[in-house]
Amino acid sequence: MASAPSSSDRMHSPGVPPSATTSAPVAPEEVNHLPDSARELVKILVTGPFGVGKTTLIDSVSEIRPLHTEEHLTEVSARVDDLAGVRDKSTTTVAIDFGRVSLGDSVVLYLFGTPGQERFRPLWDDIAYGALGALVLVDTRRIDASFDVLGLVEESGLPYAVALNTFPDAKQYTEEQLRRSLDLEPDTPLVTCDARDTNSSVDSLLSLVQHLIDRMAPEAQ
Amino acid sequence: MTGRRSGRPLVPAYLSTGGVARPSRNSLERLSVLTGAGGPPPAGLPSAQAALLGLLDGGSLTVMESAALLRLPVSAVRVLAAALIDQGLVSARPPVPPAALPDRDLLKRVADGLRALKL
Ligand SMILES: Nc1nc2c(ncn2[C@@H]2O[C@H](COP(=O)(O)OP(=O)(O)OP(=O)(O)O)[C@@H](O)[C@H]2O)c(=O)[nH]1
Ligand SMILES: [Mg+2]
Repeated sequence: MASAPSSSDRMHSPGVPPSATTSAPVAPEEVNHLPDSARELVKILVTGPFGVGKTTLIDSVSEIRPLHTEEHLTEVSARVDDLAGVRDKSTTTVAIDFGRVSLGDSVVLYLFGTPGQERFRPLWDDIAYGALGALVLVDTRRIDASFDVLGLVEESGLPYAVALNTFPDAKQYTEEQLRRSLDLEPDTPLVTCDARDTNSSVDSLLSLVQHLIDRMAPEAQ
Repeated sequence: MTGRRSGRPLVPAYLSTGGVARPSRNSLERLSVLTGAGGPPPAGLPSAQAALLGLLDGGSLTVMESAALLRLPVSAVRVLAAALIDQGLVSARPPVPPAALPDRDLLKRVADGLRALKL
């Protein structure tokens, strides 16, 4: 009988003490204040299943050392804990990592690495609040691992683009096969990406932002 | 290759612009910007409030960044920031001026800024 969440869920506890009571001093050199000209702070979620490359993509674009917050999974932990037999619900947390990049004088883009499993649903709406959209990373070696996250994104109403991370041993599928399997709308962008490469990561984000621009057009008719 | 279950949920109307046009809540958002008012911290400020105020010395940060740097939950930083705001020691503003959204021009500037990042 499992006594802890399976490793594939990469829960950052039990075992990790809750950090709520520690207020470790921050070395001043670690603090990257916002540029004084920052006026519009926008957010894109970078989401997908465990190990798909979310942190890698954020690292490749961020201009600050990526940070993370520890988030408590409250309501959902009770359900998951019942299934997994984990007793200490209060220590169930997940790390949300994020990066920041200035885009011109006044715009600052935040990328939030958001786990895409169904169990993160209670946290999802709080993190998605105000986001421009989501970039959903898919590993073509395990496409069905992305079904949960696509459900979460669609239910939250966030517009999204799909980026296929290119892992070397992945099978080749046609775009048509992938669109059918992922059940994508015809206008949902589907691009390939190497999350380790800045230009490739930026191109994936651009495909999402262009989609956001395009979908505003019909409303202006 | 297995297919995903089909059937698409209805998009809530209030989220159809990606959520950005929703009216701001009273509570602080993750990307609300916190700015220190400057000046020395008052004596007797609780240490957690003092730590947040110290972080905002000489510059602004979002709630999310403050939480990460202080290693505190976002919910705790919301409470600390609210206390500092009540005392006039910190000011807060929303991530984006509410009137500016939804904004095609903003999206275009995001796209232009991304293109400029490419090497
Ligand atoms: N070949 C290849 N490897 C990648 C790519 N993106 C990430 N990786 C590798 O895949 C591994 C997992 O990447 P992460 O960025 O940690 O994945 P993640 O989605 O943040 O994982 P969790 O936060 O644990 O869910 C790392 O070893 C990366 O170097 C990619 O586009 N191509
Ligand atoms: Mg990660």
